[in-house]
Amino acid sequence: MSSKDKGWREISPAGVCWKSSGTYLTGDWKTYTPVRDTEKCTKCLLCTIYCPDGAIHWKKDKGDIEFDLSFCKGCGICANECPTKAITMKIE
Amino acid sequence: MKSAVKQEVHGLNGDEAVALAVKQADVDVVAAYPITPQTIIVEKFSEYVASGEVNTEYVCTESEHSAMAACLAASAVGARTFTATASAGMALMHEMLFVTSGCRAPVVMAVANRALSAPLNIHGDHSDSMAERDSGWIQMYAENAQEVYDSMLQAFRIAEHLDVQLPVMVGLDGFTLSHTLENVQVMLDDVVSRFVGTRQLPNVVTHEGKTVPYKLDPANPMTMGPVALQNYYFEFKRQQEEAMQNALRIIQQIHDEYAELTGRRYGDGLLEQYQLDDAEIAIVCAGSTAGTVKTVIDDLRAGGIKAGLLRIRTFRPFPAIQIAKSLEKAKAVAVMDKSISFGGNGGALFHETRHALYDAHTRPYMVNYVYGLGGRDVSPSQIRGIYEDLRKIMQTKHVDELVKYVGLRE
Repeated sequence: MSSKDKGWREISPAGVCWKSSGTYLTGDWKTYTPVRDTEKCTKCLLCTIYCPDGAIHWKKDKGDIEFDLSFCKGCGICANECPTKAITMKIE
Repeated sequence: MKSAVKQEVHGLNGDEAVALAVKQADVDVVAAYPITPQTIIVEKFSEYVASGEVNTEYVCTESEHSAMAACLAASAVGARTFTATASAGMALMHEMLFVTSGCRAPVVMAVANRALSAPLNIHGDHSDSMAERDSGWIQMYAENAQEVYDSMLQAFRIAEHLDVQLPVMVGLDGFTLSHTLENVQVMLDDVVSRFVGTRQLPNVVTHEGKTVPYKLDPANPMTMGPVALQNYYFEFKRQQEEAMQNALRIIQQIHDEYAELTGRRYGDGLLEQYQLDDAEIAIVCAGSTAGTVKTVIDDLRAGGIKAGLLRIRTFRPFPAIQIAKSLEKAKAVAVMDKSISFGGNGGALFHETRHALYDAHTRPYMVNYVYGLGGRDVSPSQIRGIYEDLRKIMQTKHVDELVKYVGLRE
């Protein structure tokens, strides 16, 4: 909550969203952050499929994956599913 | 007052008066589940649907929780929506009542007021709707079948007004009004159509940055009633309170407009005063009991006793300033509650009326009478007894018991 948030007279009634959910950074909920060991990672991309928030992206230009920590909720599914155990969850 | 339009007299009970008003208001969707003493409303309305007299989508739901959920959904796409319930049915709706008002869905509901279990009781008291007084719904209580009809038609206008956009419930005392045949003056269909008009929609700004009418529409997607946590929930609740305060003005405005049309007036639409101007002793109540109180007042006035009545027609929003103005000249006031707030020292009407008078220049002595629970009859002689008590309080300047029970066996 910040003073930049709108006052009650300025917002649409009934909770109608005036911003896309893309601007709502759910990543600030997390307690654990995924940390990847690039030596162990085979870039199989299973983690990108399993991530429930779509917060792991394949970056074609870099030829590598990237965690979008703005949306990662720290659930640890990626670490659990990683076949080479290249991802570990570290407390923030 | 003279009526500006042609009217017909129909023999209707309160439930039938509701069904007729809803039919004439050209409601798009009715979703309901029958429960005594509301049953006649949905029975009668389903006959209108079956005979093709209305263009209404009638949804038979499996429970009142579902009925209100269906009403909310229908209202969200822009439909004019109605339901009816009572007692346990309303209790089952509890969660959805808050969702409906929170989504600012102008659903209109008739409540054939009935006691809550246990022990099981099908008769009239105000326990059901009084328990929902903080649910964000506008609440009105009718005195007779005529007022039921009139209030229902006003309810659609109030709920759908752009400065309000809140659901409205109209209370009619179970059996006393719901099942009692009265002469009711009704307007012709086309006059009602012109009065209620079509539903208006406020504009809202969506996540796409567009300003569009507030309704679910694939062409203009929007999210209604999403998650709002510590950062915004409070602001939405404050908006609802603002809408309630606006309703005080809108209820009077629409009531005036209706009175011009029909010649029927219920005080200012919020409160009705009967012989109150010079009254030394006064009763405050809501619903059909007011009729009995008025006949007792006529008798007392004939004997030179300055007795009066303040009838609360609109309970939510609570017209506190108007109540204080109406009662500050009285010497002693009895508030009659047809429900009880267990452990709260009396009933809700008493609490709030007394609260309204705290800032008055002069404050009358006040006493609470809980009566009629489970539909127990209240007689003119009992009401005369209340006025007797008030005279004694006025003379002795002393209230010995704050909360009393009318017609209770010791």
